[in-house]
Amino acid sequence: MTSAAYDLEQALDRVQIPRDEDGPVFDEPWQAQAFAMAVKLNEAGQFTWSEWADIFGVEIAAATEKGQGVGNEAYYLCWLAALEKIVGVKDLLTQEQLLHRREEWRQASLRTEHGQPIELQGGDK
Amino acid sequence: MAHNHKHGDPLPETVLRVKSLESLLVEKGLVETAALDALIDRYENKVGPKNGAKVVARAWTDPDFKQRLLQDATAAIAEFSFSGAQGEELVAVENTDAVHNVVVCTLCSCYPWPVLGLPPVWYKSAPYRSRVVREPRAVLVEFGTELPASTEVRVWDSTAETRYLVIPRRPEGSSGMNEDGLAALVSRDSMIGVTEAISPSTVGGA
Repeated sequence: MTSAAYDLEQALDRVQIPRDEDGPVFDEPWQAQAFAMAVKLNEAGQFTWSEWADIFGVEIAAATEKGQGVGNEAYYLCWLAALEKIVGVKDLLTQEQLLHRREEWRQASLRTEHGQPIELQGGDK
Repeated sequence: MAHNHKHGDPLPETVLRVKSLESLLVEKGLVETAALDALIDRYENKVGPKNGAKVVARAWTDPDFKQRLLQDATAAIAEFSFSGAQGEELVAVENTDAVHNVVVCTLCSCYPWPVLGLPPVWYKSAPYRSRVVREPRAVLVEFGTELPASTEVRVWDSTAETRYLVIPRRPEGSSGMNEDGLAALVSRDSMIGVTEAISPSTVGGA
């Protein structure tokens, strides 16, 4: 990172403007949660917008190359992938922690009755 | 989130990934659940652009109202008593044959919530924020809006204190329509200024 402004320009040039219809901006709650986490981590100074645009831009470019479109779901899947990457780059979480926790949540969701909140148990952590 | 979840079915992979990030970040004290919830609540409880469309439709049909709107949009829109109005000043800018207005927030995503609801994804996106200032005509073309070279394009940069609402040009062929019918022609994008109002000829059965 030699010049933050230069990096930002470079990142912006690679990212296309996402489009949506007049409908809701979030199709599903996970999209809002992923969005909110990135906003809060950025506000807390964990990463700069330039750093985010760099990683997010790579995800968007890769998804575009694969022909996954620029709809809301594709956009937030890129957002989520970028979030998983940037927490690793910034030494906030390791990929091993994320994968381990994902399995814990999967097991928790499998054993939870329909209609009950899904929660991790003490033994999960 | 659990609405579609049946006992014995694992949650979708994306949901598991998001829950993993959130629970780990909360445990590490890097984000707070309450702060995330507050942010999401603000985003999800959208007002929707219909409020703004009503304002524009009245401005099209009531010249006195339009005058009040252009002079002091905050006061004029208070006549509608929309809820959720914040303290910021609202400024209405009118598109004409000579001038086309388009709104951006280059710093973040300041947006006139009480009249337009949630900002769309592209409005919050860095490329829009950056490019609409640098090359507004090229960005407008991407939205399908081609303006004559003689039309001046003005880009308004929102701030936390001042938000802008574009009054698009009233489309041709709409002279006999009432306020409700006209409001249906006023899209969110036209009130941000990246498109024009919808032509009545393209609205089926309206």
